[in-house]
Order: sequence, then structure tokens, then C-alpha cells
Amino acid sequence: MPDKKEIKGAIERISGSLVVAGGMEGASMQDVVHIGELGLVGEILEVNGDKASIQVYEETSGLKPGEPVVSMGEPLSVELGPGIIEQFYDGIQRPLELIEKAAKSPYISRGISVPALDRQKKWDFTPKVKAGDEVVAGDILGTVQETVVVEHRIMVPNGVKGKVTKIEKGEHTIEDVIAVVEDGDKKYEVKMLQRWPVRKPRPVARRLAPNVPMTTGQRVVDAFFPVALGGTACVPGPFGSGKTVIQHQFAKWAQAQIVVYVGCGERGNEMTDVLLEFPELDDPQTGQPLMKRTTLIANTSNMPVAAREASVYTAITLAEYYRDMGYSVALMADSTSRWAEALREMSGRLEEMPGEESYPAYLGTRLASFYERAGRCIVNGKDQREGSITVIGAVSPPGGDLSEPVTQNTLRVTKVFWGLDANLAYQRHFPAINWLNSYSLYTERLDPYWDEKFDDQWSGLRVEAMGLLEQEAQLNEIVRLVGIDALSRDERMVMETAKSLREDFLHQNAFHEIDTYASMEKQFKMLKTIVAFHHAGLDALHKGAPMNKLFNLPVREQIARMRYLEEKDIAQIDKLDDTIKEQINGIIPVGGENNAA
Amino acid sequence: MLPREYRTVSSISGPLVMVEKTQDVMYDELVEITLADGSKRKGKVLEIETDMALVQVFEGTSGIENEEAKVRFLGKVQTLPVSKDMLGRVFNGRGEPIDGGAPLIAEQNLDINGMPMNPFSRDYPSEFIQTGISTIDGLNPMVRGQKLPIFSASGLPHNRMAAQIARQATVISGHEDFAVVFAAMGITFEEASFFMEDFRKTGALQRTVLYINLADDPAIERISTPRIALTAAEYLAFECNMHVVVILTDLTNYCEALREISAARKEVPGRRGYPGYLYTDLATMYERAGRLKGKSGSITQIPILTMPEDDKTHPIPDLTGYITEGQIILSRSLHRQGIYPPVDVMPSLSRLKDKGIGRDKTREDHADLMNQLFAAYARGKEAKELAVILGEGALSDEDKAFAKFSTVFEDKYVRQGEYENRTIKETLELGWNLLTMIPVKELKRIRDAYIEKYLNPLLKAKAEKGEE
Ligand SMILES: Nc1ncnc2c1ncn2[C@@H]1O[C@H](COP(=O)(O)OP(=O)(O)OP(=O)(O)O)[C@@H](O)[C@H]1O
Ligand SMILES: [Mg+2]
Repeated sequence: MPDKKEIKGAIERISGSLVVAGGMEGASMQDVVHIGELGLVGEILEVNGDKASIQVYEETSGLKPGEPVVSMGEPLSVELGPGIIEQFYDGIQRPLELIEKAAKSPYISRGISVPALDRQKKWDFTPKVKAGDEVVAGDILGTVQETVVVEHRIMVPNGVKGKVTKIEKGEHTIEDVIAVVEDGDKKYEVKMLQRWPVRKPRPVARRLAPNVPMTTGQRVVDAFFPVALGGTACVPGPFGSGKTVIQHQFAKWAQAQIVVYVGCGERGNEMTDVLLEFPELDDPQTGQPLMKRTTLIANTSNMPVAAREASVYTAITLAEYYRDMGYSVALMADSTSRWAEALREMSGRLEEMPGEESYPAYLGTRLASFYERAGRCIVNGKDQREGSITVIGAVSPPGGDLSEPVTQNTLRVTKVFWGLDANLAYQRHFPAINWLNSYSLYTERLDPYWDEKFDDQWSGLRVEAMGLLEQEAQLNEIVRLVGIDALSRDERMVMETAKSLREDFLHQNAFHEIDTYASMEKQFKMLKTIVAFHHAGLDALHKGAPMNKLFNLPVREQIARMRYLEEKDIAQIDKLDDTIKEQINGIIPVGGENNAA
Repeated sequence: MLPREYRTVSSISGPLVMVEKTQDVMYDELVEITLADGSKRKGKVLEIETDMALVQVFEGTSGIENEEAKVRFLGKVQTLPVSKDMLGRVFNGRGEPIDGGAPLIAEQNLDINGMPMNPFSRDYPSEFIQTGISTIDGLNPMVRGQKLPIFSASGLPHNRMAAQIARQATVISGHEDFAVVFAAMGITFEEASFFMEDFRKTGALQRTVLYINLADDPAIERISTPRIALTAAEYLAFECNMHVVVILTDLTNYCEALREISAARKEVPGRRGYPGYLYTDLATMYERAGRLKGKSGSITQIPILTMPEDDKTHPIPDLTGYITEGQIILSRSLHRQGIYPPVDVMPSLSRLKDKGIGRDKTREDHADLMNQLFAAYARGKEAKELAVILGEGALSDEDKAFAKFSTVFEDKYVRQGEYENRTIKETLELGWNLLTMIPVKELKRIRDAYIEKYLNPLLKAKAEKGEE
């Protein structure tokens, strides 16, 4: 690109991660700059006359007024090409492993410049088009096997179309020209390495309705508050309520082809955990290590705050790139509140007019435009591929109070709300998703999908189970006032079943080797069995069966242990149906049949 | 570079002074101010413009007069001289010796702000620390390299408990190279001497580095104290390969000093007047705990904070909880009942427990037992609450069992002596013994195999005793 021009100014003011530089006429907002002798990376937030306000992605200590500031006239961008999967990046796409090598230290020193993608590595490129073919932007020129499970599709870059005049099969670095596309007198040399500005959404052909589920193996999510492919969801909750664990669970078990996980302003150890665990854990869909489909981005809480702001954009741009190849991508962001706080901090230093709780007034639009980049769609290219990005954001409300601006603005744009409850977490009921106030706007849309799969029973079971839990909450009020004895026998049965739903179905231990994941088949069988016991139990009570005996039937212990059955053994759950009938029949008093009301 | 000297202080506000006509000043640079009477103060640059610098004075600005003060920019950021000889020494909150001993001969001079640890270079903490306290070891196990704060409140025995942890956790790793770094921020002389006395009595003093900023020391100095302590800890852990436990107390005083500076800078305040960047500021300290690949040392942090009005949602405990790897919360109600240590079991949490316990680490049954004890205690407490309203009679037999369990649990498991050092095995056995009070079918969080192995023998013994 020839129109790039270098602009050179000098530092005039330094305040934390904000630097103001003079002599910057002609610079544009969002352009990347290099600051000071060390060449720290920053981005222009505001231009005013010849002054540019810059957010610096590295620690500013030691900088002096007068030091140079250089803009290359290019917006903050990511590198796209094979080599992204299995990487562990910082917020501005620098591989943390290379930073360690360059710094020769376990600490991140400043001014380190390392390439996002390996320039030396050769990839075996298999063309999918031949010379003479007409192509448009988004068409797949060819593929390389990025990891065992990910076929990386090299696409015709945005804005390029024409006739392929050359295509190079074989081993290439990402900087080699692998194809030439000619359009009249215009000639494009296509490399595997492409770039894209992070703050600009990548275009798609057409959006689709989110009516295909993305299963997560987490019962409370899949059965009660499901998320759709291309959907948006948020998990707000106070500290220690399980946001990170559930995000990790999604990253592990969600039925997505690519996972982008961004640790935004959270703990270093949590990222290390993923980094050490994912190469060891196998994906139930592919049987290959989870890391083979994952890319990690970490801007932990002790890393410079401005880069935290950039990290979510880096993440979603990488996600869009894989979506454009035709993959289903799941993006987990933990935590969007830290991103918003970074925004607030820069806004404060820019002395902008503060809005609610001193967040900038544009917080809502920024959040909305981030979540808008999710979706299921037909991507660019003649073959009408389908791709999707599902975004799940954790929210960390101060004091757990959901009325604060980040939560409220997030709830306005996301379609699933998994409300984590401190009290459930204290009782170690995990996932601590409150079943009474959480919701998913996809539930009804996804019902037909599962009803078809599960003999038209799925939605009925769910509605009944939710109803029982709702009733339990009301009955609890009565119990608290006048004691359990005030309840009728039917109501006692409701209380028992609700308890069983909570303890035997909704509760799920992420750290138990089997319980950590449940297939939809298993979830369906479990739910069906619990509800079957309820019906049989009610019937038995009507026929005069003693309550105590009913609630203490041995089969209930088997129900409680369904969750620990391995996926290959779940057929055993079906047999419980007969066991339930048998044992219940055994406690119905003789002649009870006639008491049936 | 020659230090430059200015007599151009133009305004003083709170702990901040504005120096004009400056040249070549660095962001974060260390500053020395000489007063009219010849006394010196230190400070650092908070903000610079082309010809102006805003300086934060650690010892406060009272007594500084515009015309008289001489300001020198020292050409470096605030550093701490470190060497292994720090062990056994006492320093003030700025890192200067106050024990009458010789000045420290520095092996290195380190930037007190440290640098962010590369998450790629971290090693996941997974080595169990036995503290000898059941509520920690059994229910909220701590591992080397963890940051686990104590959320306390005024009048609760957090100091005794922290001292007990420091004392007992170091005993088990007795043969290894360990050290304690202790940073006091704005605590009373009495509290500080309690720790010193305790370290002396147990002979830990030679392995301890103390940084003391007392309640009557300058408040702004407290901003540096924890960073200085952590710099010393990093040196001991990762240069000298020691296992370092860092006790920081009281973070509430630290945050108040930060709020003072923020107010003086007229920043837009966040919740309760604390600056919006409090989270990031605390994180840059707490995240300095951990382990590094290829290094045998570790930094375990035990920050102590007092919750204003016992309120866990106050920004200081709240933001701390969002950064640290769990929290031990003390309960006023247990304290009133005379239970020591008054650990509020339900909201306390150790997030790194899962990789620190189990077979080969503590024991195979640890995780299941822990989950079951939590669940049973929660149910018992609920039942007790119900009984308060409706009377014992309204409880089902099961609930009665749980209620009784929770009472005994507090009395036998939570309560222990200040010098009682329980092994993990004792703690586990205690847990199983308590579970014999509950019907087996209610023990849903435990695998059958463990019930068979650990509970059934106890039940059998109990039954036999009952028959006699
Ligand atoms: N599904 C689960 N199964 C078992 N334990 C869980 C589960 N979810 C959460 N926990 C427990 O809760 C602890 C806290 O969870 P987590 O770290 O996810 O909280 P968080 O909401 O992310 O907190 P913060 O906002 O401080 O990051 C975990 O360390 C774990 O012990
Ligand atoms: Mg978290």
C-alpha cells in the first residue's frame, strides 16, 4: 500500500497510559504509533490540531517529554494466516512465548517487537482453484493443514476479484505469493499472510437466524438456558461465583470448531491453567487435544491496561477470520468488565465528560458493536459457506450488583443471561446459575431442533421441570412461615422432585472426570427419568403409598448417580424406568389401586 | 547524568507538588525535595508536561514552602537495594533500615514496580501447603504460589491467624529454604510488635524481612511499602530460590492512601471515592504472587484487609476478591461465640485447591469429602435457621441430623487452638467422623468407593460401640 506515510512528532504530556504528542498533523484516529526511544506500541485515540492523544499498550515509566512519536499511518491490525491456532497471544497479538525468548526473562519487558505469525515455517498449500478460474473475495484459493483438526482455508482477500492467473501448490511460507489474481489491468499477488484492522468488522454476505443450538455439555445451560450458534450470552456474577470455570467449561466442551479464549484483565494463573490443561484434554468431537482448535489471548490484570482494551478486538477479529473460512467459532471473553474499566480509565485521562459511574457515555454503543460482531451467517465467497461466531462474555459487577452500567448495557444486547448467584456458590451448588432469574431468548427457537431429535418430548420435559422448580420456590415461602407439615402430599412430592432436579441434574461438578461433560442424549435421559419418578410418585401417593417409603426408595440413589455414568453406559439410565415402576408398585398398599383419585 | 535541581514549586495540594520549568524529566522518576531546614523528602513523578511535573511526595507535603524547597530529579525510578542480608532485618515503609543495623550492601537495585509476569512463563501452583488449620487445609487448601487474602473486620483475630499460618506453614517445610516477608501498612505499633514478637519466639525472625509503616507514619509512604516488600520477595524467591510467604497488612489502609492521592489529583472518583483504577492498581501487586517455570522458589501472598462495616461488597474486599485466588473470610458471629479461628466457611474459598489436593498430594478422598462437608454444613445451617422460626419440631429427621452436624462441625472442626497444628490426615479423619452423623444416602457428593473405604469402618465401629 503506497499511500502510507510516516508522521513524526514528539511527546508533550505523559499521564499513566496516556501520552499526548505534538507535531502530529495528518495523523488519524486509530493509527498505530511507536513511542519513545524504546518504540512502545500505542494507538491514537483522539486528534486535535497537531496534537494526538495516544493510549500506550506498554508501561510508560521512564518516558520523557520530547521523545519521538512515530505514526506509520496504519490502524491497529492483526495478522491473519496459518499459525494462529494453538498460539498464546497478548492483547495486541504478540506471541507470549516469543516475548519470553526476546526478553530472556519470565517478565514482559518493554519495546519488544515479535511477529504474530512465523515467517520461516513452511506450510503445504493445496490449491482448490486452478489458473483460469474466476474468483471473488472470500473464495477459497486453497488450504493448508494448520493442525490435525483445523484445515486452514486461504481466501481471496476482501476487495479482490478476477481471474486466477497463477496458483502455487506445495511448501510455502506465509509471505510467499501463492496465487495471482488479475482483474483487467489490476494484478493482485495473494499471500497466505493477510492483515485486517481490529476495529473494523469483516464483512459477510448475509446473516442467518440463530436456530441451531451450540451444545456445551453443561446441563443447566443446554437444557434450561441454551445458546444458539451465532448467539450472544453473558455470565454476570460476583467474585468466586464461577464465571471463569464456566467459561473454561465452554472452551472445553462447546460444540464449536474453533475456540478463541480471551483473558481480559483477569488472573495470570487462569491462563496458565488453560495453557497446561488444553493440550492434555481430548475434544469429545474429534478425539484430539483441545488445544488443536484453540487460540488464547491473554492480557492479564497486571499487564498494561490499554492493551486490555485492544485484546477483545484482537480476539473477535481472529474469530471472524475463521468464521469466514466457514467454521463455527466460539469466543469466550473473561471479563468484559475489565475491558470496560480500561475504557473508563482512558476516558478519564482524556478528561471526557463522565457518564454513569464515570464510564464514558459511549460505553453502551461500544458494547453493542462488539456483540454485533457475533452471528451466524453465509460468509463471502461463491460457495455460500456458513460460518458463525458465538460470543460469551463474563461480567464482573462491583459488589455483585447487577444495576451497574456494564451489566445493564450488556443485558441490552445479549440474548442469554446466566445469572450467577453468590448464595448458590456458597453452598457449592455449581454451576451457580440461578434457575429462577436466568433466561435464554433462544429456548423456543431451539425447541423444534431437540423435539425432533428426542421424540417430541424435549420441550415438554423442560417446561415441566422448570415449572417444578418455580413451584418449589413458592412452596419454600410457605415452609419458611409455617413449616413443612403444612404442605399437602402432592406438594411434598413437588419439593422432593425439585430437590432432585437441583441436586441430581442442575448441579454439575466441573472437576469430576465424568460429570464435567454430559451429552444431550445423557441430559435427555436424566431429565426424563427424574420426571418419570415424579409422575409415578404422585400416582403412588394418590393410591395411598406412604410418603416416607416413597422418598427413600433405593432407586432414588440410582437417580442421584446417573450423572456419574460414562457416556458409553448411558443406556443403563433407560432401565431405571422399569426399576422405578417396580419399586413404586411395591409400596402401594393392597387395594390402593381403588383409591386413585 | 547530573541530577537537576529546581526551585520552581508552583503549587502544593495534598500530597502533590507541581514543579515548573522542568526539563528532561522522566515519567515515574524518583524525586528528592530538600526543605528549608535541610531535611529531605522523597517523591515520584506522577504526570509530566513539556515544562511541568507533578510530584507525589511520600512523606507528605506539610512544611514544604514554595520558594524554599529544592527539587532534584534523580534520573531513575524508585528502586530497592536487595541482597540476601535483608533476612532478619527491619526496614521502614520506604525500605530504609530502622533496626540500627548497618546499611544494606546491595546485590542488585530493583525497580519496585516490578514487571508483569509473562503468563506463558508461569508455572501453575499445585503444591499443597499444610497450615495446620482445618478450615484451610481441609476446606480451602492453600498451595505454594497462591494469593489468598484474609477478609477480616475490626476486632477480629486476623493477626493471630496470620501469625499462626506463617508459623505452622513454615514448620512443615522446615528443611527447605523459606522466608517470610512482612509488610505493615498503617497498623498500630501494638499490632506490629505482636508479629515481631511471634516471629522472634518461633525463631522465624532470622528468616523474615520486615517493612514497617505504622499508623502514625506518612500515609503516602504506604503506596510504596507493599511494592517494596514484593520486590524483596521476588528477589528471594526467584533469584535465591526460596519459598516466600508475603504477609501484607492492612490493605485497607493502603487503599485509603491511594484514594487520598486520587482526590488530590481531582480525578473522577469511582465507587465510594476510590479511584476507578483501584482494581488495576491492586492487581499489579497481587499478581506478583506465583511460580515460574524453571525456578524452584515461589511467592505465596496472604494479604489481610479489614472490611469497613463488615461489608464484603465494599470496593476494597470486592476488588481484592476479583483478583486473588480465593479468600478466607472471618465471621463476627463465630468470634462472638468464642470460636477461634472464626472462619466463615461458606463464603471462604480457595480456587487453586483442585490441583493441590488428591492422590499423591493429600489424599484421594479429599475433594469429595470437602464438597460433602460444605454441602452438609450449608444444609445444617439452613435447617437451624428454620428451627429458630418454627421450632425444632418442624424439622424432618434428616434436617435434625444436619442441624446437629453443623453445630458439632463448628465446635470440633472449625474451632481449634492457636497453637494446635493439625496434620492433613487428622483434618480428613475429623471430617469423616463428623459425617457419621448424617444418613449415608444423603452423602451424594462422595463416590461409593470412598464411602466404603473411609466411612463404613467408622460406622461399623460406632455401631459396635452402640451395642456395648
Ligand atoms: N462447575 C463447577 N464445578 C465445581 N466447582 C466450581 C464450578 N464452578 C465454580 N467452581 C468453584 O468456584 C470457584 C470460583 O470460580 P471462578 O474462578 O470461576 O469464579 P469467578 O466468577 O470467575 O470469579 P472472579 O470474578 O473472581 O474471577 C472455583 O475455583 C471452583 O472451586
Ligand atoms: Mg474469574
